[in-house]
Amino acid sequence: MSELTDLYQEVILDHNKAPRNFGVLENADRTADGHNPLCGDMLRVSLVLEGDVVQDIRFEGSGCAISKASASIMTEAVKGKRVAEVEALFEGFHELMTGDPSVKGEAGAELGKLAVFEGVREFPVRVKCATLAWHTLEAALREDGKVASTE
Amino acid sequence: MTTAATSVDSESSAFDVESVRRQFPALSREVYGKPLVYLDSAASAQKPEVVIEAELSCYREYYANVHRGVHRFAQLSTDAYEAARQKVSTFIGAGCPREVVFVRGTTEGINLVASTFGRQRVGAGDEVLITAMEHHSNIVPWQLLCEQQGAKLVVAPMSQSGELIWDEFEKRLTKKTKLLSFVHVSNALGTINPAAEMTAAAQEQGIPVVIDGAQAAPHMPIDIASIGCDFYTLSGHKMFGPSGIGALYGKLEHLNTMPPYQGGGEMIRTVTFEKSEWAEPPAKFEAGTPNIAGAIGMGAAVDFLKSLDMAQVAAYEAELLEYGTQTLEAIPGLTLIGTAQNKAGVLSFLIDGVHAHDIGTILDREGIAVRAGHHCAQPVMDFYGVAATARASLALYNTKDDIDRLAAGIGKIREVFG
Repeated sequence: MSELTDLYQEVILDHNKAPRNFGVLENADRTADGHNPLCGDMLRVSLVLEGDVVQDIRFEGSGCAISKASASIMTEAVKGKRVAEVEALFEGFHELMTGDPSVKGEAGAELGKLAVFEGVREFPVRVKCATLAWHTLEAALREDGKVASTE
Repeated sequence: MTTAATSVDSESSAFDVESVRRQFPALSREVYGKPLVYLDSAASAQKPEVVIEAELSCYREYYANVHRGVHRFAQLSTDAYEAARQKVSTFIGAGCPREVVFVRGTTEGINLVASTFGRQRVGAGDEVLITAMEHHSNIVPWQLLCEQQGAKLVVAPMSQSGELIWDEFEKRLTKKTKLLSFVHVSNALGTINPAAEMTAAAQEQGIPVVIDGAQAAPHMPIDIASIGCDFYTLSGHKMFGPSGIGALYGKLEHLNTMPPYQGGGEMIRTVTFEKSEWAEPPAKFEAGTPNIAGAIGMGAAVDFLKSLDMAQVAAYEAELLEYGTQTLEAIPGLTLIGTAQNKAGVLSFLIDGVHAHDIGTILDREGIAVRAGHHCAQPVMDFYGVAATARASLALYNTKDDIDRLAAGIGKIREVFG
């Protein structure tokens, strides 16, 4: 069970049960949909961008505990951040789950609460669940109207 | 079926599951230090030793291309390949082996029919009828055909329990209907459709019938002669054979008049740069070097199934499904999806507050393999208003102990999610 509790940490279960920044964002100026064709999960991320700062952000949709908690924690993590900082966070987040564990450290230190997803590393098929929200956020920032996909 | 079912209503059934299990080497493996409980046979079944051995011995002892060489190995390979066709033909009750075309699987079988027979029969303004419980492989090829031909894809609805609504089905068999294609056993719900009755209703109006038999073949006896359909298609890997091989049954009168599916070697009689003439079926539909060892493996899978008596298999599985249904229904917060009266091998379920993928991951760590997702049947998921279900699918090698382990695994999910 130890690995299971590494994956389903309290913080993740909590955000799954009570997702933050969940729902429709009135006056959003950027919106994108994300889709995981493997499980059919759909996610919508909407945000208000002021200059290059994510002033407000919300998400809606359905998904597994990992994807929902990831979206919830992501919205908390990126609110008030500049686009470049958001991109750096995503990079660090992705690295946390897919990179070489022996070289983690610098990026990990800045991840804050996002570090609870480190356990996903042991469940490679679930990495896509954790990154769906981030891919969708990226698509919203790119604003090219394409549906973000994990595939 | 009824007599078989009553004769095995106790634990001491004639079907010896332990001796069957011993023939499947993968079933004795451990996963995360726990004995494997394999409940994902509807996605793909495990392989018995005889199937593995048939492929191995083909490559080790006599492999060569088929229908081409004059040398010894070419003859042995051709004999084994054609013997496999004969076995499949007998197993499903086809008229003769020439009515059996080797394909990659059910998906290719349906695509073959859609792009040859379908294009001949379906024109602008016509309709192709399917049911609401189809796998994507029995939806998309017809959508492509309808787009090309300017025809319409019509869907016969199902009830909340996952059964075809007969009156609605009959209403949709009209003068415009040029083809009916339906799943024999639903992969997402387990529903067994009344194949012979549906076929008769369509054929009464001159409508040819295609049946997706991928999920039926591993669970019950198939007799095409009594179903009477025009086409029936199978996947080797669902019936304990290799992946990448399957069979399409087609009435000879259709196969004779259908255009080829793909062009290439093996499917021709003569070729000049001006014009080619086609070989007789089934060769006409088997362009290129086929999956030789795969076909031989599928033949071995048929031998394996024939050694068991499919009526006994169906009775044993019905008992197991009943036990599984009762066990899962007793779990608070669990909902079964697909509760048809006549059902085979599938326990699709939801757990309140827990997504199917989380169910799948937690069960996996308990050594239990289930499928989590939309099961390539998104319209079925939409019908029930869910994105995904967890699906435990049963095969002839599963036991009540597997069901008990599943129930215990579901208990772990509650431990994690509270």
